[in-house]
Amino acid sequence: MTDTSPPINEAWRRLDPRMLVVGPVKNLMQLLPFLLVVLLTGRSGDLTQVWFAVGGAAVVVLAGVLRWRTTRYRITDERVELHTGWLRRERRSVPRDRIRTVDLNASLLHRIFGLSVVQVGSATGASSGLDRSARMDLDAVTTAEAERLRRVLLDRASVATTPSEQPSMEIARHDWAWLRFAPLTFSALAGVGALGGAVFNLLVEAGVDPRDVGVVDDAARSVAMAPLWVGIGLAGAALLVVAVLGAVVLFAERWYGYRLTREPDGSLRVRHGLLTKRSLSVSHERLRGAEITEPLLLRAGRGAQARALSTGLREGGSGALAPPAPRAEAHRVAAAALRADPAEVTRAPLRRHPQAAFQRRLTRAVVPAAALVAGAWLVDSWWAGAGVTSLALLPAAVWLAVDRYRGLGHALTARHLVTRIGGLRRRTVALQREGVIGWTFRQSIFQRRAGVVTAEAVTAAGRGGYLVLDVAADDAVALADAVTPDLFAPFRSAPMRTSTVMTLQNTKK
Amino acid sequence: MHPDVVATPLPELPLRPPAHRVHPRAVTWWRIRAAAGLLVLSVPALALLFVIGTTWTVALLVAVVVVGAAYVAAVPPWLYRISRWEITGRAVYTLHGWLVREWRIAPISRVQTVDTARGPLQQLLGLADVTVTTASARGAVRIRGLAADDAAELARVLTETTHATSGDAT
Repeated sequence: MTDTSPPINEAWRRLDPRMLVVGPVKNLMQLLPFLLVVLLTGRSGDLTQVWFAVGGAAVVVLAGVLRWRTTRYRITDERVELHTGWLRRERRSVPRDRIRTVDLNASLLHRIFGLSVVQVGSATGASSGLDRSARMDLDAVTTAEAERLRRVLLDRASVATTPSEQPSMEIARHDWAWLRFAPLTFSALAGVGALGGAVFNLLVEAGVDPRDVGVVDDAARSVAMAPLWVGIGLAGAALLVVAVLGAVVLFAERWYGYRLTREPDGSLRVRHGLLTKRSLSVSHERLRGAEITEPLLLRAGRGAQARALSTGLREGGSGALAPPAPRAEAHRVAAAALRADPAEVTRAPLRRHPQAAFQRRLTRAVVPAAALVAGAWLVDSWWAGAGVTSLALLPAAVWLAVDRYRGLGHALTARHLVTRIGGLRRRTVALQREGVIGWTFRQSIFQRRAGVVTAEAVTAAGRGGYLVLDVAADDAVALADAVTPDLFAPFRSAPMRTSTVMTLQNTKK
Repeated sequence: MHPDVVATPLPELPLRPPAHRVHPRAVTWWRIRAAAGLLVLSVPALALLFVIGTTWTVALLVAVVVVGAAYVAAVPPWLYRISRWEITGRAVYTLHGWLVREWRIAPISRVQTVDTARGPLQQLLGLADVTVTTASARGAVRIRGLAADDAAELARVLTETTHATSGDAT
């Protein structure tokens, strides 16, 4: 691949000069509440406060200029290098063959100036301390330069030849009907909470207490006159309406113009966003699998979300291949991303786990619930009805255990290991067999008595390891042995039992 | 699935334990650590005894000391009996843990780095840990409580072996 490309030996480049404006403006905006407080709390005639504010602003502007002056990057044949900092100089250098993802982001401010932030995700060794250094941020370059970097860094060959005129192939695009899933995602609700909190904070910082505003105060007083349950009901309803509206707005902003395409170089590209435009590219060689997540609410609404498992992606947040969408669509997108049939990946028929797995789910749900119920009966004399009310926890716990057990399963298909786990947040993972780089088996004394074990397929992508929960001990080893042949042969103690061998041959095929 | 598995549960994984034990001094190391933990736990219990001084604080202190002493006496040798490691031309294989046992296997071809580490207590006892990391955030394989010389030698051999193979699946 690299043989065909002419040597790329770039000179050092700076960030775009427009960052001289964008950087300080962004920082000033973050500092705005503080500056306002400083300015508003001053006594009239005393200019000290004003000087403080001006001084603060000047420092921010100077810092922005310094950052621009001291930041430079270059791409050589072998590495990407980034030098930043003045007092504390940082020199980061990432071998190009370790680059896994390239992320383009442009906030509204960046977009006004035609700039984009480039985030380069690379694979570095393991331990958590190195996590931060696994990312390299260029904040910011022109959108055209960002686009060029994305292509150069993800695939050298395609740049060497003409920047390929082939059209990219569309896998999925936005459907406004999916807006109905917006209120069903917990992250959306949490986002609304954070937003509300931020606005409240801003008002308080600016010296306005919402409780002092006449209308709010009057409303609060008239509610206070009504019986308690009316107040709670009203507050709950208002909160729900705000949360739903907020979730819909956030969803629309985030997923506006969503498109998932396969680029001519084989990489996947996800683009979306109304105010902040986001673009994520995952090269095909780095894709290790896909994941379907179904948080309880979303699952109840027959929705699901597809994510990519790729090396170099940050844990959590990113990696979404599609917005929350109808279940079938999520599975279709995941399968298309992996270039496989849905029945071969996340839709594969899964094998049930043994009865012991169900008993363990039941114990783990019911015992804590029973402890809570016992606690509630203890305080029943102070808080009448607590004990009786708490009894509702028991059927809920049983339901949760049944649901978690029904979700449990695993399968081995032609190229993937598929495993499903969880109830409140169900996850179906299809992991490429070649992506598995080790195994961990865990067995507590309880599991030992039940004859089950938890296997974890270790991988460089996503969360780093994916569990096959509570499988029979020799099934766990047989499964691992089938995924990573030769690894276990020298360590096996007993000859395989016939039933296991037969099952393996069937699934392996 | 396999009804017979449920009927006659196999006690353990059908894997033989790794070949080598850790250094016997590791027992001393684990004992000292456990004893230090016991001290830390008994300080608040002792403080309660002096401040409040009722019967149940005496009982608490006695309970902490008895359980702690039992732990110090019993768990380190137990851990020593279970903890094992083995390195072949293809894989690193370890077994560790007493309440929760953990088997870890990583192919040599996926190893990225080999580190040795020695805490202050380990330096006194002439022990060291060897940590083998792969490209995964969760794949590190750790061999605890080797003799320092063995650990260094092991790290050297491992590094040589891993240089000979290539590809880390990232």
